[in-house]
This record gives sequence, C-alpha cells and structure tokens, in this order.
Amino acid sequence: MTDITRLPYDVVVIGAGGSGLRAAIEARQAGKRTAVISKSLFGKAHTVMAEGGCAAAMGNVNPNDNWMVHFRDTMRGGKFLNNWRMAELHAKEAPDRVWELEAWGALFDRTKDGKISQRNFGGHEYPRLAHVGDRTGLEMIRTLQQRVVALQQEDAREHGDPEAMIKVFAETTITRLLKDTSEGPGGSSPQDGTARIAGAFGYIRETGQFVVFEAPAIVLATGGIGKTFKVTSNSWEYTGDGHALALLAGAKLLNMEFVQFHPTHMVWPLSVRGLLVTESVRGDGGVLRNSEGKRFMFGYVPDVFRAQYAETEEEADRWYTDPEHNRRPPELLPRDEVARSINSEVKAGRGSPHGGVFLDIASRLPAEEILRKLPSMYHQFKELADVDITKEPMEVGPAQHYVMGGVEVDPDTGESSVPGLFAAGEVSGGMHGSNRLGGNSLSDLLVFGRRSGMGAAQYLDALGDKRPVPGDGEIAAAQAEAMAPLERTVGENPYTVHSEVQDTMSSLVGIIRKEAEIKAALAELEKLRERAALVRAEGGPAYNPGWHLALDLRNIMLIAECVAEAALQRQESRGGHTRDDFPGMSPEWRKVNLVCSLGENGRVVLEKKPMPPMREDLLALFDPAELKKYLTEEELPQEPAQPPAQDTASDGEEKS
Amino acid sequence: MTESREEGVVTESRERGTAMGAKVKLKIWRGDAGQGELVDYEVEANEGEVVLDILHRLQATQAGDLAVRWNCKAGKCGSCSMEINGMPRLACMTRMSLFEPDETITVTPMRTFPVIRDLVTDVSFNFSKAQQIPSFAPDPSVGLGEFRMQQEDVQRSQEFRKCIECFLCQNVCHVIRDHEENMPAYAGPRFLMRITELEMHPADTADRREIAQDDFGLGMCNITKCCTEVCPENIHITDNALIPLKERVVSRKYDPLVWLGSKIGRRSHHDTPKVPGQQS
Ligand SMILES: Cc1cc2nc3c(=O)[nH]c(=O)nc-3n(C[C@H](O)[C@H](O)[C@H](O)COP(=O)(O)OP(=O)(O)OC[C@H]3O[C@@H](n4cnc5c(N)ncnc54)[C@H](O)[C@@H]3O)c2cc1C
Ligand code: SF4
Ligand code: SF4
Ligand code: FES
Repeated sequence: MTDITRLPYDVVVIGAGGSGLRAAIEARQAGKRTAVISKSLFGKAHTVMAEGGCAAAMGNVNPNDNWMVHFRDTMRGGKFLNNWRMAELHAKEAPDRVWELEAWGALFDRTKDGKISQRNFGGHEYPRLAHVGDRTGLEMIRTLQQRVVALQQEDAREHGDPEAMIKVFAETTITRLLKDTSEGPGGSSPQDGTARIAGAFGYIRETGQFVVFEAPAIVLATGGIGKTFKVTSNSWEYTGDGHALALLAGAKLLNMEFVQFHPTHMVWPLSVRGLLVTESVRGDGGVLRNSEGKRFMFGYVPDVFRAQYAETEEEADRWYTDPEHNRRPPELLPRDEVARSINSEVKAGRGSPHGGVFLDIASRLPAEEILRKLPSMYHQFKELADVDITKEPMEVGPAQHYVMGGVEVDPDTGESSVPGLFAAGEVSGGMHGSNRLGGNSLSDLLVFGRRSGMGAAQYLDALGDKRPVPGDGEIAAAQAEAMAPLERTVGENPYTVHSEVQDTMSSLVGIIRKEAEIKAALAELEKLRERAALVRAEGGPAYNPGWHLALDLRNIMLIAECVAEAALQRQESRGGHTRDDFPGMSPEWRKVNLVCSLGENGRVVLEKKPMPPMREDLLALFDPAELKKYLTEEELPQEPAQPPAQDTASDGEEKS
Repeated sequence: MTESREEGVVTESRERGTAMGAKVKLKIWRGDAGQGELVDYEVEANEGEVVLDILHRLQATQAGDLAVRWNCKAGKCGSCSMEINGMPRLACMTRMSLFEPDETITVTPMRTFPVIRDLVTDVSFNFSKAQQIPSFAPDPSVGLGEFRMQQEDVQRSQEFRKCIECFLCQNVCHVIRDHEENMPAYAGPRFLMRITELEMHPADTADRREIAQDDFGLGMCNITKCCTEVCPENIHITDNALIPLKERVVSRKYDPLVWLGSKIGRRSHHDTPKVPGQQS
C-alpha cells in the first residue's frame, strides 16, 4: 500500500453541489481543514441544473408569507411524512441562507423595490422562490464556488497558500468509507454501526491512482439516485453513491420507496427524453392540455387539496393577477398529483403524439415575456426539438427527478447513526417526507449543508486528540474491490448490465407500482446483482468511463434493491409512492418510517420505525379538520386545539 | 404486458429507436498526453440525436474506455466541450442533423488545453485564473437581506453570470490558442468578463481596472470576437464585457470618470490588492 497517497484533513465533504459546498464553507469558517471531493469538475455538480428557484419565506412579494406558512406547505406537500423538525428548521432558516448568498455576490432577479424577487411554484401558497430567470442552480453553485475562492484568497494572505484550509479535489471518486476498526474488544467490523468514521478511499479520474483521505468527520453530499431509472432528468453523477457508501458503513436509509417523478419533461426527440421542463412554465401561466385541448387538471384535484384550488378556468386565470380573492390553478398542485394525472390521461388515450401531454405557454403570454422569463426553455426546445415555445405547445411527460429517501440523520446536526458520518442535501432523508415541493431542495441544500458543516466541526471539537485511524485491512480490501473489474479477463460489459437495471426499475418500480411487479423486479435484480459483480472493464485505469461505471454498478444495485424492497413493504399510496393495489393514504402507515440497513450477508434489511409525534406548537399551526385527513384519532390534539397562529403577526420569529 | 408497463410516458426505453438508426462515420481522436491518432468508427444514429448520444453509443458498444467528459447532457454544466469538425462546441447541444447524412464527423479534444485522454483535456488553467481574480467586495456594513438593487442595474452582470464555464471561448481565443507562452499573463475572455461582471455589480466596492490591464492581460485582447461566436450561452462577451472594460480602463487613466465615480460614491478607487501566494 505504499503507492497510495494519504491526505489528512479535519473534515472531508464528499460532493461539491449546493449542499457539499455550503457544508465545506461552514467547516472552513469554523477553522477546520476541509477537503471537498467531487466526481465532476468544480462548479459542474448536478445542482447546476436546477432551474426554477430556491424557496424561502422572505415575504418580498407577498408580505403574508412567513416560516409557518412555508412549514405548512412543506408538510402538506410531503403528506405529513416529513421529519417535522427538519421542515421547521428549513422553513425558519431558508431566508437567511438566501440572503447570505446575496452577500457573497449572487444576483437574483429583483422586485420593483429592489428586493429579491420571488415566483410562484406548485404547492407553495405564496410566491416564494428566489430565482434568476430559469438558471437558479447555476447562480447558486457559482456563488458558492466563488465563496470558496474568496476564502482561499483569505487563506493565501494568511498562510501563504490558498489551499491551506480548503481544497477542492475535482474528478475524484470515493468508493468506500473507512472506519476505525481498532476499537472495541478485539476490534470491530467496518459495517458495525458503532465504529467511528476514519476516512474515505477513492480514485483520481485523470490517472486512476488511489487515494486515502484520513478524516474523523465526513459529510456525504452526493445527491441522488436517478441513474437507477431509465428516463430521468438527472446527470451521470446520480448513481446513488452516497446512499450506498452510507449503507456499507453501517448507516441507515430512510423511506427509499419515495421517488419523485416530476410531471414535465421533454418526451421527443428520444435523445432528450427526460430533459426537464421547469415548473416555472406553469408558475408563470402555462397550462396542461390533452389531445382534445381540454385543461384536464381540473378533473384531478384530490379531496385533501380541494379547498385550495380553483374549480373553473376563469377563477384559475384570475389567480395570477389577484391571488387574494381567487384559488390557484390545479396545474400547480404538488408534483406527484400532476405526474399521476398526466400518466392517467396518456393511458386513457388522450396523450400527445409522442406519449406526453401538451404544455401551452404560447397562447398565454406574449412572446417577449416568454423569452424574458423562460430563456433557457426557449433555447432548449428550439435547439433540441425545433419547437418554438412562443408559437406552439410543448409535449411533456413525467420522468424520475428526485429521491426523497436518504440517509437517516439528526435534524439539527446532520449526523447519521455512525459516529463522524454526516449527510446533507438530496442524499439525506426525512426533510421532504413522501414528496418534495419544487424549490425546497435548493433551500434544503443551504440550510442543512450549513448545519452538517457545523455539526462536523462540533464533533471534531468534542473529539479532542482522539483521532480515529483507518484500518489497513480495510484499505487493502477497498483497493482490491476497485481493481477487480480491470483485472478480469472475461466478464460482461457494464453498460449492458446498467441499462437492464434501469429498464427493470422504470418498468416495474416506476410511477405506479403493484405487488406482483415489484416482486418480479426483485427477482430480476437478484440475477442482475450476480452479473454486476462480474463485469469487466476494458482498458486501463486512466480516465476510463467503462471502469467508473463498473464501480458505480455496486451502488446502483444496492439502491435499486432498497427502493424495490421498501416499495413492496409500504402498502399505501402517498406522495412519490403509488400502489395500484393500495390506492389510499393510510393514517396507520403515516406513522411508519421504513428504514433500510445492511445485514450480515451484505443484503438489504428493512425495519419499521415509528415516526416521532409532532411537537404540539407545530400541530397547532394546522386546522384540526385538515389534520384529520392525515393523522390517526390518537394523534389528533386532545383539547380543542388553539386556532391556527396568525400568519402576519410573526415578524419576531421569522428570523429565528 | 401488464398495465403499468404500458405507461408510455415513463417506461419507454431511450434506446428503443436505435435499432432502425442509420450508420454515421466518425473519426475520433484517441490517445493521451504523449500521442494519439484519429480512429475511424461507424455508429448508429437516430432522429433528433446529438453528438454526445453517438459517443455514448460508441462507449456502450465498441469502445468502453473512450474518455469523454460530460455531466448534465442538457447544455447546463459546460463539461462536454470539444471540437467537432474543427468547431469548438458542446457535444450535448450539437445535433446530428447539422451534418450531411454521409459526412464523416471528426471529433477532437479542445486544442488550447493539454490532453488528458481521448476527448478530455486538462482545464486547470481556468480554475487557477479564477482563483486570482479579487473576489466580490460588498460594503461590510450592509446587513443580511438589506441589499437593494434594481433589475436594470443587475441585468448587465446577470448576462455574464449565465456563463456555464465551458471554456470554449478560452479555447478559441487566438491570444492563447497555439500561444502557450501567453498563458501566464492572460486571463482569457471568460475571466476578463468575470472582472467586468464584478465591476458592474451594483453592490461591489472594489476597483479592478488597473489589474485587469496589468495582471490579467486585457490589453492583449484585440476584439476579434471569436470568443463571442462560440459561446453556447450567446453571451455578448466582446461587445458587452471586453470593450466596456477597456473603456473603463482608459477612463480610469485619463478621465474625469474616476472623479464622477467618486461623486456617485460606489467605487473606492483603490485597486484591490493582488492575491498573494499564487502563481499562474
Ligand atoms: C433538471 C433539474 C432541475 C431542478 N430544479 C430545481 C429547482 O428549481 N429548485 C430546487 O429546489 N431543486 C431543483 N432540482 C433538485 C436539485 O437540483 C437537487 O436536488 C440538488 O441540486 C442536489 O444537490 P446536492 O448538493 O444534494 O447534490 P449535487 O449538486 O448533485 O452534488 C452531488 C455532488 O456529489 C459528487 N459525488 C457523487 N458521488 C460521489 C462520489 N462517489 N465521490 C465523490 N463525489 C461524488 C458529485 O460529483 C457532485 O459534486 C432540480 C433537479 C434537476 C435534475
Ligand atoms: S475578442 Fe478578445 S478575448 Fe475574444 S477571442 Fe478575440 S482576442 Fe480573444
Ligand atoms: S463565456 Fe460562454 S464560451 Fe466562455 S466559458 Fe462562459 S459560457 Fe463558455
Ligand atoms: S454535458 Fe453539460 S453541457 Fe454538455
């Protein structure tokens, strides 16, 4: 093992998207030597793709907005399965996190009085999304990237080396987390949930060289699992690495059955199938129509949302200019509802020529306004599909977009059940319950990125000089595992196996699920698992995508198994999990978190854990009649609950 | 087929169309830092595909280890820059319909940066330039949430912040293309534009005009506009960023604008100190 470079750090953040960069900035600001690792180049993480905006109840456009309204919307959107403490922290802290970006140079679109402008989005009661046209993610990542540079410039002045305190390792992939196995009587195993984190093992893309990061605290910020599915808006990085790394290190994954299928993506040409069409199109007035020209969403408003959504086209249209006196258009229902509705229309034979439905903005806004508000959408359709969205409707359909499930963490610090292992962003679970509202991810990244960076710094402070040491045996095993696909002389092509996993998941564990199909998927995955373990990568270790995919396959397989197992167990339909054979939402199931961990034999084990009851002051924010739709009798507030808190009288609390 | 297998909107395989595709001929540069050559391939192509689709199919079927850098496949991350028939382009936004059906398409790595492997180049030059530009410097007394800026005033810098850092403009600028010797003294269009962006930022207080000229080589740009032509974000790099920056530099040297600026009270007129401890 002499040829493995060892790099000692205080905090290692795996992932350079919004959550990873925010965590790293916080750790560095707390005085910790921090490394940020990313599979892609600096500034190109998946966060760059986010379009619509970042939700924060700043109240710049509608002064009635505040954290309590945001909290309520988030819980409703997640169908009350959210970790309520996370939803609370998120709603309270998001405004400060957005303003902080502004202080670091971000240039959001403005209101007339010079504040940060906010736009409407599905499930948000008031205009709430800070945005820059339809490229908000780019603004966020560039700002955080430039903040890292600003800190490096400070460090250059102070230490003579810009990378003294924070260094970015781009195009570097972590394949294993390392534990301190020396502890306990006779040592412990790497999967033992009590052994502390001691580092991470990975390879540098450019050369294929192996590296060991030695660090007592690791923050996972690796994003999602989209590449488990065939049609997805996610980028190649989304192979569920962080989810799998956490499992393999003995941590637990929460509610992996909840996968978001965002309703609107391009469906044609096939090459761009799955490319996102931002929700802002609907937020700015775009409407969905079927092949008969009908605005079909009016027929799909579920009971729990009936009171908040318009019943006629006239009322819906008035809402854009007079939201006080009209209810919102049903096109702006939460994503799971819209995705399922589109799915039903297509199944009923009322779809568009290429298997989607029509999204019409052309007849709703003047061309100049479309160009100003939705420049990248215009660009995307014009260049990739020869469609001019100022003149004709788009064809759109659902695709995998986001995973609500993820690493189970402490809401306040982001720490997982493994000491020293933290997680934030899409890789963590709980915050969004069974369905995420648009715009709530970018804010989640900032709020919990910061908190996990703080959590890691505090963990280090408490640690003193008892720094853990990664075991040599583990490093050797990680190296052997990584080399295996290159060393095989026979073996299948990793691309073929990957493509079959995606087919299996998309067709059998997709938007609509049923027992027999999920079981068929699990049987299929069983076979694929064996094949995946034996793939061969041609070529050498330097910048070899075939080899990289071969290594990613382990993660993809593990995650596919978690999703399928959890989907099989949860016998109800809620948010991003729809069971054809159990169509209703069940208050009994709402109290249950499904938790995945890895068993002795390396197989996924599922456990039902009770959801902690919501704090009373938070329960009191809801009308008891609404709570009845979600909670069991026993969970409902005993005394006649106080009337919902006054939304407008909350100035003092807004920034807490 | 079961019911949910038929939900055409989500389950149809992206590859379904491939079987009927016509073959296209490609020449792809393969090799590493030391040496390489153009290798011939024939791959299927389908309606509506982009060059990156073809490269992916090549990886999946014939050349598993073909090195290609990409990420979003949506023109948003700026990873997949390369030269296609000699034109600097994003592979994920270059449609196959651009070429004649029987045309051989030549794909090579960006020329200005050292090759790592196949189509992947070492673009670290750009990140080190980014590290040297003095950062955003707001008035420290403005509290969180207290910035007030008008849309008209942020719009100019917003145009430059559309940049996806694909570095195609850097690749094409003749000051450094085939002139490695100029690299230490020249930041290139992307980073000169970054200086303009900060100069035009309504809440910034630093003055980077002198160092734009002295340390980042603004004077070497002779406004040929080649950078603007290749920008996939259609940013008017030359007209809106480089020329105005040149004008500001001139006005700083000879002009009452310095005086005017101080009347307006936005600029401090002390050149931001150069970042120490850095080499280019
Ligand atoms: C097209 C699209 C549009 C969206 N629009 C919005 C929106 O408008 N508003 C909103 O709130 N949300 C939006 N989302 C969701 C949101 O963008 C993501 O959930 C969010 O960006 C995830 O950020 P992250 O920090 O968790 O991870 P990412 O930004 O994905 O970063 C993951 C990082 O981890 C690294 N990584 C992964 N695995 C490894 C490994 N093994 N070793 C080393 N590094 C690794 C990656 O290289 C990357 O740097 C959108 C998503 C998509 C796909
Ligand atoms: S305009 Fe200037 S920066 Fe742009 S290509 Fe020409 S010389 Fe280079
Ligand atoms: S300015 Fe345009 S060409 Fe240059 S790096 Fe940015 S996006 Fe690419
Ligand atoms: S892959 Fe992101 S721009 Fe081409």
